Amino acid sequence: MTTRSDTYDRFADKAAAYDVELTRTEVESLPETISDMLETPAVGAPLPWDGCSLPESVTTDPTPAQLNAAVSGVTAASLAVADYGSLVLEATPGGAEPASLFVDEHVAVLREQDIVPDMAAAFKWFGDRFRETRGSAIIATGPSATADMGALVKGAHGPKTVHVVVIP
Amino acid sequence: MSTDSRAAKAARIRELLDTEGEAVATNTRGFNQGRYDSVARLEDYEGLKDEARAIKEDAIERLPELLDELTETIEENGGTVYVAEDAADANEYIADVCADAEADRVVKSKSMTSEEIEVNDHLHSRDVDVVETDLGEWVLQLADEAPSHIVAPAIHKSRQGIAELFEERFDPDEPLETAEELTMFAREKLGERIEGADVGMTGANFLTADTGTMALVTSEGNARKSVTVPDTHVAVAGVEKIVPSVEDLRPFVELIGRSGTGQDITSYVSLFTPPIDSPTVDFDDPDTPITDGEIDREFHLVLIDNGRLAMREDPDLKETLYCIRCSACSNTCANFQSVGGHAFGGETYSGGIATGWEAGIEGLDTAAEFNDLCTGCSRCVEACPVKIDIPWINTVVRNRINEGGNGGRFDFLVNGLSPDAEDDASPTLQKRVFGNFETLAKLGSATAPLSNWMAHSRPVGWLLERTLGVDHRREFPAFRRQTLVKWARDRDGTAPTDPERRVVLYPDVYTNYMLVERGKAAVRALEALGVAVEVPSVPGSGRPPLSQGMIDTARAKAEGVAEALDPYLEDGDDIVVIEPSDLAMFTGDYERLLPAEDYEPLAANSYELIEYVYGLLENGASPETLSVADSSETVAYHSHCQQRTMSLEAHTVAVLTECGYDVTTSDVECCGMAGSFGYKSQYYDLSMDVGENLAGQLREADADHVLASGTSCTDQIGDLLASEPRHPIELLDPAR
Repeated sequence: MTTRSDTYDRFADKAAAYDVELTRTEVESLPETISDMLETPAVGAPLPWDGCSLPESVTTDPTPAQLNAAVSGVTAASLAVADYGSLVLEATPGGAEPASLFVDEHVAVLREQDIVPDMAAAFKWFGDRFRETRGSAIIATGPSATADMGALVKGAHGPKTVHVVVIP
Repeated sequence: MSTDSRAAKAARIRELLDTEGEAVATNTRGFNQGRYDSVARLEDYEGLKDEARAIKEDAIERLPELLDELTETIEENGGTVYVAEDAADANEYIADVCADAEADRVVKSKSMTSEEIEVNDHLHSRDVDVVETDLGEWVLQLADEAPSHIVAPAIHKSRQGIAELFEERFDPDEPLETAEELTMFAREKLGERIEGADVGMTGANFLTADTGTMALVTSEGNARKSVTVPDTHVAVAGVEKIVPSVEDLRPFVELIGRSGTGQDITSYVSLFTPPIDSPTVDFDDPDTPITDGEIDREFHLVLIDNGRLAMREDPDLKETLYCIRCSACSNTCANFQSVGGHAFGGETYSGGIATGWEAGIEGLDTAAEFNDLCTGCSRCVEACPVKIDIPWINTVVRNRINEGGNGGRFDFLVNGLSPDAEDDASPTLQKRVFGNFETLAKLGSATAPLSNWMAHSRPVGWLLERTLGVDHRREFPAFRRQTLVKWARDRDGTAPTDPERRVVLYPDVYTNYMLVERGKAAVRALEALGVAVEVPSVPGSGRPPLSQGMIDTARAKAEGVAEALDPYLEDGDDIVVIEPSDLAMFTGDYERLLPAEDYEPLAANSYELIEYVYGLLENGASPETLSVADSSETVAYHSHCQQRTMSLEAHTVAVLTECGYDVTTSDVECCGMAGSFGYKSQYYDLSMDVGENLAGQLREADADHVLASGTSCTDQIGDLLASEPRHPIELLDPAR
């Protein structure tokens, strides 16, 4: 049993302000937990951590047609920023970026140890990481949104809901 | 400006107030309130702003070096950098990229820089279809309208207006009504356009020289799709967007959303290091997994100079390049809140900072179209996350416009009034008269009450409007024969015998010649609190000429003030100022007008009147010596824009409260009069529209006393409520 840290609680609070729910689970029960919350059809990108796998209902390496038809997308979050309730979603050759973007529901899998307290810590991480990998990432806070049509609407071009599954 | 062009300008403003004013006001005031709420949640807002400012100062200083580093980095990453001299150069290059990619369609995410170069028109002329995918921009593309706000481009359009537009263009099966329905309709239509796109075009909020990463601050997800789907990405950005390293992005990411729309952070801050390591999504080949084969992407960064490198060499316009385009200066501006960017804007940019951008990119003529809408109220200064002195940029540009100004038909009328016209300069007659208000006030006082009868007579009113553009609906303030200086000199001494402190009460032009009662009250109150008060003859502060962009005249005034006050400062006296806009001169603007040895002692020893009273009370003086409230007297207080920027509103509230008054304050950014602005016939309607926001709050407060600190605010509230408010010191006056 992991003790819930202050950082975790702060992240959970901030994320809740954007209607982002957190579900905690163990690595072994990850596929089942994801499976339970998914709406199908679902797409995803492989999780980068040993022993962590996706349920069979999630199509990795999707075709454009599958991507378009998918309701849910499951990808890994590399980091979370407690102060802002934000997730860091890295673009990968395995297609994490489209799988988190073309769907109505994004399910992000996050390791609790990857929650950093603030933007200063996050940008330290980005600096080290990008200088090495020249990679790309999105700081995603809540679902996509717009107020351009006269009121706040979720799901402008991207997901309408975001769910985070937290593993130890 | 002729009578006809003033009338045309007034008509244009009235039309915008009627058609777009309501939507703009609701949205900008919402953003502005959101900013206050959001920055209050930061632990060290000022520290973050300082950090952001320092990064920009350094980056612009080292721009040529950073440009080379970024170019090298991006080429190393597999992309291409093209530095375009101007819009035509950039457009040619982008069209060639599209031709090489055999592109039929470009999908774009929102970018002001691409608006600046008008790339859409150029690509259309080359038969390339360009689709804006930001919902607001798409609405404007369909409506063939220009953005009215740099962040929320369709801020002037109502939900109903958008529904009608979609109805007309698409004739949908189901009628579209709610924001949700409109958004989902747009998402579907734009989703189809993105699927078939050959090139994705974005802007860039920031670019990091160390990794070639671009930050894009967005909410909708359209930028992500525009970058991810097609295999060719073109980013268009001003050369000023480069920062040294990834870590430098942090303060901006924390500040930009808060400063603009009042969000702690927007939904998506994309940190793309193109060409991105993510598979393209080829909808023409719908059944092949996207991860099959190599990732083969092209990336072109088009950096736009278009006047920026020259701005960097211009000491006054240079600061413009620190701008991160957050829109705080638009949202916090009372005039912008009423009329929006279609009036308060140039070819591309709008709001306070637009004067700098348009002057640098398009030229003075474009800036001249809207530059006068900045009244110098200074509310944007504290709102700006990189601390740009936006009013100064507006003043400098106004000065330059004046120097290229006209010689008018009625010059003879003001020859006597404006002996100190700018060297080789000819600001408009209207500007010169308001800029030389001190001369007018002296004359008016010397000839009062005749001058007041004259000013209020219909023929003179007509002449003033015809020649000077003084709106006939405004009453000229009444001049007083006995000035404050004369009153103070002639009265029987009541000075404390053994004073704790000695002050010079600065007899500003308004207090000295017109609002003399507030000056007398100030003398009595200070003396009651144990202070010896002297009211010497001191020149005007130079605020009126500075407001008209007459910098040389303002500097001459500043030198006169410094000279007159110097002996008192040498003696260790404090300077107490009633008019907040004059205090802002002494403690702020004079830094740019005077040598440091003259500016520093004056700035360090000048105080706002009630701030000074507050200090005396804090140091043991008794409020009982002042006029305190009977039982439960209520006050509705409107501070002054510059007073608020100097963080001096709280002192007045505290003193009034300590004296037993129950105080309600307004929260509007400016009264709308702003010196001479509201007197000008071309701006009368706008000024009254801004003022109505304040009047509503004052009426709602329904207090026993309405108080205001500034002269302009006093005039404006007097016109709005048909009853002139008093200065707080008049309520505290022991003789009341």
